[in-house]
Amino acid sequence: MSKLPKKQPETLGGTVVHNLPFPLQTSPEGLAWLKSMAPIVIEQPYEIVYLHSYAQDSPWFAGLTNKRILANQDPSSGYTYATPRGHDMFSGEETNWIDITENQASVHAFTVCHFGSEAFLDQTPFVLTLVEFEGVNTLLLSRLMGVDPQEANLEWIGMKLKPQFIRNSKLKPTDVYFIPA
Amino acid sequence: MRPVYAISGGVSKFAKSRPDKNFPAVIKEAYDYAIQDLQISFPDFNAVVDGSVASYFSDHFSRQLMAAIMAQDYLGLCPKPSHRVEGGGATGGLCFQEAWKSIASGHMDVVAAYGFETMSHVETWKGNEFIALASDVSFDYPVGGFYSGYYAMMVTRHMKEFGTTVEQLAHVSVKNHINAYHNPYAQKRNRYSIQDVRNSPMVAWPLTRLDICVMSDGAAATILASEEGIEKLEKAGAKIPRPLVKVTGIGRGTDAMRMADRPHVDFETFIKDYATEQEKESEETLAYYKELWDHGTRYPGVHSFRAGRTAGNMAYKHAGIHNPLKELDFVELHDAYTSSEVQTYEDLGLCRYGEGGPFAASGKAFLSGLDYGLALPEQTKCPVNPSGGLIACGHPVGATGLMQAVFAIWQLQGSIKVHFKDDALQVKDAKKGAIHSHAGTGTYVTVTILEKD
Repeated sequence: MSKLPKKQPETLGGTVVHNLPFPLQTSPEGLAWLKSMAPIVIEQPYEIVYLHSYAQDSPWFAGLTNKRILANQDPSSGYTYATPRGHDMFSGEETNWIDITENQASVHAFTVCHFGSEAFLDQTPFVLTLVEFEGVNTLLLSRLMGVDPQEANLEWIGMKLKPQFIRNSKLKPTDVYFIPA
Repeated sequence: MRPVYAISGGVSKFAKSRPDKNFPAVIKEAYDYAIQDLQISFPDFNAVVDGSVASYFSDHFSRQLMAAIMAQDYLGLCPKPSHRVEGGGATGGLCFQEAWKSIASGHMDVVAAYGFETMSHVETWKGNEFIALASDVSFDYPVGGFYSGYYAMMVTRHMKEFGTTVEQLAHVSVKNHINAYHNPYAQKRNRYSIQDVRNSPMVAWPLTRLDICVMSDGAAATILASEEGIEKLEKAGAKIPRPLVKVTGIGRGTDAMRMADRPHVDFETFIKDYATEQEKESEETLAYYKELWDHGTRYPGVHSFRAGRTAGNMAYKHAGIHNPLKELDFVELHDAYTSSEVQTYEDLGLCRYGEGGPFAASGKAFLSGLDYGLALPEQTKCPVNPSGGLIACGHPVGATGLMQAVFAIWQLQGSIKVHFKDDALQVKDAKKGAIHSHAGTGTYVTVTILEKD
């Protein structure tokens, strides 16, 4: 059996307080004491729901729900973006959609997150990877599954990958993820 | 453009949490210090100063929109002109340069640049979430938004591409923490070994907790002035510290928010658009880069900060610097991660791309005269982050770039002992230094050159 940690985890919440220490009289001495008073710290919850439009990038998400990975391409140069982009950064022209689902994918870079933002803490450890696709000029950030996060090593870079799609689409970029091919 | 001088500065104590004061009052600590260093009273200074620039990164952290005007008010600067700047982690560097612009253009004679961040209002994991919102919220954040993860991906690519090792990265952490041991403003003043860094908890492979800066509450302020501004202040009773420190180089660069979108350019484009003048002139370096490209390297990809190289080249050109390693006496750069310091050595031309790892472990960036507990093969060439950098001083985002400016001013004035009560970090006879401010994965980067007049 392993030892208990030395530090108790910190949590928010606590006791409702209806009164605070304060001088009984606002005499000169009492008022002077206020400068040595510790600060009052309160909890201030904040929650909001945004209506977020994927706008011109929407077809990419529709593609994932239909098990296709779309990309954008400059009509003149053929420069191709694995992460959607409505206009080309060099020509300024509006890009077209192409399908890169069958293009060979591989790991360009990766990390194993053992810690993270609050929204993803319960998923740690998870593996982030920047995926490169054959014939595509830019990368795509995604999750890498099917590897042992405790065995991270640089040999993973260059590893051939294949895409997987979740069945119940969430209309998030995580609707696609990758596993070793 | 007119000459601009950075005449004084102040830094609040950086701490994990400052519940004792609200953000305007913490800024006032730094502002008051900067004024007191000019030996002029608060009302007399405020009568002369023409305006200000305010810097803070996140409205989420303070949960207070238009926080800058509250600071302006608290500092007694209303109704003088002011504006807020924001550019992620480079916010402080941008702020300093905006103040420089106001004076160089002739619009103002004396400008206060102040910045802050209060990151303690939320728990660390929520803070990481706020920071991760500075990544594309359609394509990056939902995948597992976490800045340490983003930088860790950059470093795995750097390691694969150039053979950089985690021990080389750890040298940066050891150096900066031991430097900060002598800096009373630093949040973390601890001595660590390479083993300590590697044995600390893994955050995002291969970066451990000691490879990464902490969240902080804090503020910093600097005062910039033209020659006419200095005269006005002296007429009002100020005693401007001598030697003066002049701003001689300004550079900025940018890159795509999404790392995935960054180009992977060929050899010819790299040499034409991004190589330093020094690199272009060396046949040996051109051959070195050709070999890298022949083996598959492309630029900047995700292993290098194109914005940092752009900002450095621009600032060096402005300041007439040809060989930064030789001509700069120190650099205060943005080391939110040990890896980003190593990448930045390369961007700033302190070494060539691909050589950042060996450079980190060489000793060239360490201060002479300090015991780091390391067998360093080479002598000091250009101390990097003599203050302890972000890793040890802390990173209250909107204050950080200004903190670097303050420490650089004190280095060039030769007044580190006055302000730190310890001269261990004073770079001997420092004449020229660079400060480097950097936003998320290298989206905005500023480089500013300061010189002893």
